[in-house]
Amino acid sequence: MSEQTLPHTKPFKFSWDKTLNTTGAWVLALLWFLPLAYAIWTAFHPAMYEVRFDLTAPLTLENFTKAWEAAPFGRYFLNTVLLVTGILAGQFILCTLAAYAFARFEFPGKSVLFTLVLLQLLVMPDILIVENYKTMRHLGLVDTITAIALPYLASGFGIFLLRQTFMTIPKELEDAARLEGCSILGVLWRVYIPLAKPTYLAYGLVSVSHHWNNFLWPLIITNSVETRPVTVGLQVFAAVDGGLEWSVINAATLLTSGPLLIAFLLFQRQFVQSFIRAGIK
Amino acid sequence: MKFTRTTAQLNWIYAWLLLSPALIMLFAFTHYPAIVTLISSFFSTPRGKRPAKFIGLENYQALINDEIFWHVIWNNLLYALATIPISVAIALVMALWVNGKLRGLGFLRMAYFTPTVLPLIAVANIWLFFYTPGFGLIDQIRNGLFGLPDQNLLGQTDTVLWAVMAVAIWKEAGFFMIFYLAALQTIPPSLKEAADIEGASRWTFFWRIIFPLLMPTTLFVSVNAVINAFRLVDHIFVMTGGGPDNASTLLLFYIYEQAFKYWQTGYAATLTVVLLALLSILAIGQFFFFDRKVHYR
Repeated sequence: MSEQTLPHTKPFKFSWDKTLNTTGAWVLALLWFLPLAYAIWTAFHPAMYEVRFDLTAPLTLENFTKAWEAAPFGRYFLNTVLLVTGILAGQFILCTLAAYAFARFEFPGKSVLFTLVLLQLLVMPDILIVENYKTMRHLGLVDTITAIALPYLASGFGIFLLRQTFMTIPKELEDAARLEGCSILGVLWRVYIPLAKPTYLAYGLVSVSHHWNNFLWPLIITNSVETRPVTVGLQVFAAVDGGLEWSVINAATLLTSGPLLIAFLLFQRQFVQSFIRAGIK
Repeated sequence: MKFTRTTAQLNWIYAWLLLSPALIMLFAFTHYPAIVTLISSFFSTPRGKRPAKFIGLENYQALINDEIFWHVIWNNLLYALATIPISVAIALVMALWVNGKLRGLGFLRMAYFTPTVLPLIAVANIWLFFYTPGFGLIDQIRNGLFGLPDQNLLGQTDTVLWAVMAVAIWKEAGFFMIFYLAALQTIPPSLKEAADIEGASRWTFFWRIIFPLLMPTTLFVSVNAVINAFRLVDHIFVMTGGGPDNASTLLLFYIYEQAFKYWQTGYAATLTVVLLALLSILAIGQFFFFDRKVHYR
C-alpha cells in the first residue's frame, strides 16, 4: 500500500513489514483454500487415497460417475436451474416496478411502505418457515418448485438496490423521453433499465448464488425427486448411511457446487466487482 | 389548479399500480406470516379435527420452563458472540491484504472468496470429513505430527459448538471482506500521502483514519453477520443434527425440529416470535451502539 506513494522507497529494498504481511496473507489463504483443495483431491482419486497424499496417485472420474448413478442429480440440477431462473425473472420484474415507484413518484404512504419493504432485510422469509408452510398448504402448492420460489420473489434487498440506482439517473432523461411521447413503462424500459445494467448484473449474481445455495426452505417444502433442488438432493444422498465412500460424497459435493464454482473462477473479477457494487449501495 | 391536482392523483394511481405486485407478494410471505406467527403463539397446536384453541400465554410459560429452549438460546448467543467479531475481524484483515500490493493477489482473493460461493450444505459435508475421528484430516495431523490420541470434536458437548463455528467463520469471512474491500477502494490515496507527510505510522494511520472511515461498513457487515448467525443453520443438519445432547442446536434449527419433526406448530410459532424479537433487539441495539461512532461521508 505504502510503497507506491513513498518516493524515497527503493524498489528492491527488503522490508520486514511487507514480508510479514505477505507471509500472513499466504498462510491464511492456504488455510482457507485447504478444505476445497482437499475435496478436489479426494473426488478425483480412488477411495484408497482419501488420506494418503501421494502425488503419483492415479486420477479418476469414477467417483463422479458413482455419485451420478447413485442419485438423480440430473433431475436435481434441472430443478435448481428452473428455480433459480424463475426467482431471478420474478425478482427483476417485481423489484424493477416497485423500485421505479419509490424512486420517482410521490404518493401518500410512500415512506411507510418503504419502511415495510426494508423490514424484510431483517424479517426474512427464511425465518418464517412455519407460517409460510401453512400458506403453501392452503394454496395446494406443497412439493412444487413454485412454492420454493414464491416467498423470495419480492425482495426487499432488490427493491432497495434498484431504487438507489434509479435515483442516481438524471430526471431530465425521463422528462425528455416523456416529451417524445414515451409512456411510463416505456421510460422504464428505454431509460432506466438500460442505465442500471451493472446493478442488474450485480443483483443477479447475488441472487443466483444465494438461491442456488439455499437449503432450509426447499428441504421443508419439497419431498420428491421432481421438485428437490441440488442442495436438498445432496443432503438426501449423503444422509443415507449406506457405507458411501467419502470420495463419492465429496464428488457429489463438488458436483452440486460445480457450476457456480466454475462460473466464479471464470468470471472472478466481474463476480467480485459485482458483489462490491452491490455492497456499496 | 384542477389540472395539477389530477396529474398528482394520476401519479398516485401509477405508483400504486407499479408497487402492487411486489407489495402483494411481500405482504403475503413476509408481513402476513410474521403477524400470524405472533397470533398463533397464543393458540394451541391444532390436532386432527380439534382446531387451535386460544390458550393465552401458555406457550410462553412452556417456553420459560423448557430447559432445552434456554440451552438453545445460550448456544445461539455464544455462537453469535464468537462468530461475528472473529469473522468480521478476519474479513477486515483480508480486505487490507487484498487491497495492498502483495504477491499472488489473484490467488489470495480467490482463496478468501471461494467459500462464499459454495453451498453451506456442501461445505458442511467437506468439513464433516475433516472432523471424522481417527480418519479425518484433523486427527491425521494430530496423530501424525503431534502423536495425540483421536478426538471426536463433533461428538463431545464441549467442543461441538466450536467445531460448527469454525465452519461459519470460514464461510462468512470472505463475503464480508468484499464489503470492506469496496469501502477501502473509495478512500482517496491523498489521505495516505497526507499522513506520510505528517509522519504518522501505519498503525496510527489505520486506527485514526482508515478504521473510522470504515465504520459505516462495519455497521452494515455486523448487522448482516447478526442476521446470518440466526438464519443459517444448514451445516447443523449435516454435521451434528443438533447433538450431542442439544449442544449444537441453534434457535432456527430448534424451530424446524418443533414444527416439522414433532408438529408442535403452536410452540414453534412462539419460538419464532422469540427469534424475531431477538433479531430486532440486536439490530436496533447495533444501530444505537454504532450511531456515535459512525462517520458518514
